[in-house]
Amino acid sequence: MKTAQTLQTPQTLHIRGLRVSLPGTARPVLDGVDLEVGAGQTVALVGESGSGKTLTSRAALGMLPAGATASGIVEVDGQDVLTMDARALRRLRTTTAAMIFQDPRAGINPVRRVGDFLTEALRTNGAADKRTARKRALVLLDAVGLSERVLRQYPHELSGGMLQRVMIAASLMADPVLLLADEPTTALDVTTQAEIIALLRDLQSRFGTALLFVTHDLELAAVIADRVAVMYAGRIVETGPADQVFADPKHPYTAALLAATPRLDAPAGRLAVIPGRVPDPRTVIAGCAFAGRCAHAVDACVEERPETAAVPDRSEATVACWRSGTLTLQGGASRG
Amino acid sequence: MSDVDGASSVASASASASASAVSSASSVDSASAVASSGAVASSGAVSSRSAVRSASAASDVWRFAARRAVELAVTLLAASFLIFSAVYLAPGRPETFLLGGRSATPQALAAIRAHYHLNDPFPVQYWRWLTQMAHGDFGTSIQYRAPVLHLLTARLPGTLMLIGMAAVLVAVLGIGAGWLSARRPGGVVDQVLLVLTSVAVGTPSFVAAIALIWVFSVRLGWFPSIGSGSGFFDMAYHLTLPALALSLYWVGTLARVTRAAMLAELSKEHVAVARSRGIPERIVLRRHVFRNAAGGIATMSGLTITGLVVSTVLVESAFGLGGIGAFLDSSVSVKDFPVVQAISLLIVTVFVAVNLVVDLTYPLLDPRVRLGARNSA
Repeated sequence: MKTAQTLQTPQTLHIRGLRVSLPGTARPVLDGVDLEVGAGQTVALVGESGSGKTLTSRAALGMLPAGATASGIVEVDGQDVLTMDARALRRLRTTTAAMIFQDPRAGINPVRRVGDFLTEALRTNGAADKRTARKRALVLLDAVGLSERVLRQYPHELSGGMLQRVMIAASLMADPVLLLADEPTTALDVTTQAEIIALLRDLQSRFGTALLFVTHDLELAAVIADRVAVMYAGRIVETGPADQVFADPKHPYTAALLAATPRLDAPAGRLAVIPGRVPDPRTVIAGCAFAGRCAHAVDACVEERPETAAVPDRSEATVACWRSGTLTLQGGASRG
Repeated sequence: MSDVDGASSVASASASASASAVSSASSVDSASAVASSGAVASSGAVSSRSAVRSASAASDVWRFAARRAVELAVTLLAASFLIFSAVYLAPGRPETFLLGGRSATPQALAAIRAHYHLNDPFPVQYWRWLTQMAHGDFGTSIQYRAPVLHLLTARLPGTLMLIGMAAVLVAVLGIGAGWLSARRPGGVVDQVLLVLTSVAVGTPSFVAAIALIWVFSVRLGWFPSIGSGSGFFDMAYHLTLPALALSLYWVGTLARVTRAAMLAELSKEHVAVARSRGIPERIVLRRHVFRNAAGGIATMSGLTITGLVVSTVLVESAFGLGGIGAFLDSSVSVKDFPVVQAISLLIVTVFVAVNLVVDLTYPLLDPRVRLGARNSA
């Protein structure tokens, strides 16, 4: 389901130069993030823990940690999120964009019924009365493959996979234009993961919702996404069509991530690991944040931050690496 | 005064002894309930599970009630033994009071001791007292030479009203202050309330009583300093200052507990999820923070009720109220055995009953907790 992007319609999610600083850090935790998600498109935001991918997705809902200062542009469906007051933010969160969280067991209030969880956002904002909200909940429960019975059940009576279906149904209650999924399958077991991914793809095409899929799993990203954005230490280091980025990465970090992904069809042996760790946010970095772990780093990488440049011969693809033009990097195994 | 201290420590010691028995039993219940529900839910046997649940829910309640009734009886028995032996072992002799300071012949003394069965061995005295209590005979007051039951029922309305007023104050002010603090932790309101609750917790009720009398009775003349009035409204008027003095410590404590319980919930992920869904903050606070913190607050409120009962000893004396607390105070100072024992046992009974009520509310407050889950787990 590769949607061609038309320039006339505004991007569903448009992030430009987003910089977020937290108290007690030497450099911004998000340092000039640019990200686009077109209408009905699926974009995977990939990176290690601590790269800022969750923070980026939450910024789309105006959810920043306490004490954070943000600059740049975050627009959802053409509305500027960072300047919104509390009331406008609530409207954005109830009607325009919704988030699916990692752990449904922790994310759904254990002492209230599933039906309350589903209908609450619509009802407390006066968007629907009790009957309308219930009707909508039934439609969505059917869409995610759950029976009407769960409305009266409590979260502890459902399995993790069923709860994540509830979470997904809840996110679609107000028919949002943008879904943000923050590692929605990480807390589930493997067979359930596959079901949830299939369900997400199905619903996303059925409801025409744009999806920003946050994951650390490159293989999963390649399966679900039209486009991929790879994030490292608060910056987007590479973007592009999912299959092309996967097959022919332009940034050494993307290549390293692909090499570190365990694969069934690869010969048994030692798994490649990326040496070192994500740089501490309390240190200032002058050059490329990945330089310290990069096998291809030269002096320029340490001294000066690489510009984000278009990848030649590739549509809407960017890379931020001084050496990308001269390197030949190993891609992932072809899929399918 | 040392006798008063002795009396309240007897009462509070026996109350806390039964407290640990009761609370340890209930905490085991809820812990295993959560554990078992988690295990079953993750195994994914959802449909069979809820069928089993609804079928066995009714029998669970009865089994729970039966077990708690036995626990209640055992607790009361243990408390009665503690109370009886504490009073028996306490220094001083009741016949000294009966004689009113006059010297008596050894024959007269022996007659008095025989009349009150004071010469019987300890187990015989205890058994006689226990069987009498079991038949609803609370004995005869040595001081007033009247049935203890009549003396108690005459004093009960004033004390119940005082405790009721104080309980309302504690619930409204304590939970209210905790809620206001939790709305913006670290804010101005929170900091002011932290200072106020520290003062409230640090002030003994008899000191608070003297301060309140000084300010509102002596200086301002708004409230009477003594007596309990007659008729509902006059009584409420007379009991306002005593209720304030009585509730002060528990307002501070409950405010602290409410604040801590709500802050613990505020950091939960489901609260962040609720906010991310655009649910108005006051509804998040009510339905997802306070609602989830209600279990801990209910437990503390239960302890509060018993604490109020024990504290009436000091407050009623300070305000010259003729209630149960002041009665216990005066009875201890004259070694009026039957009265001291009856009131002490009454306090323990209130404690056990309140705890039972709190335990019964847990499943209403948290659907993961099932009554009597220890048996079915």
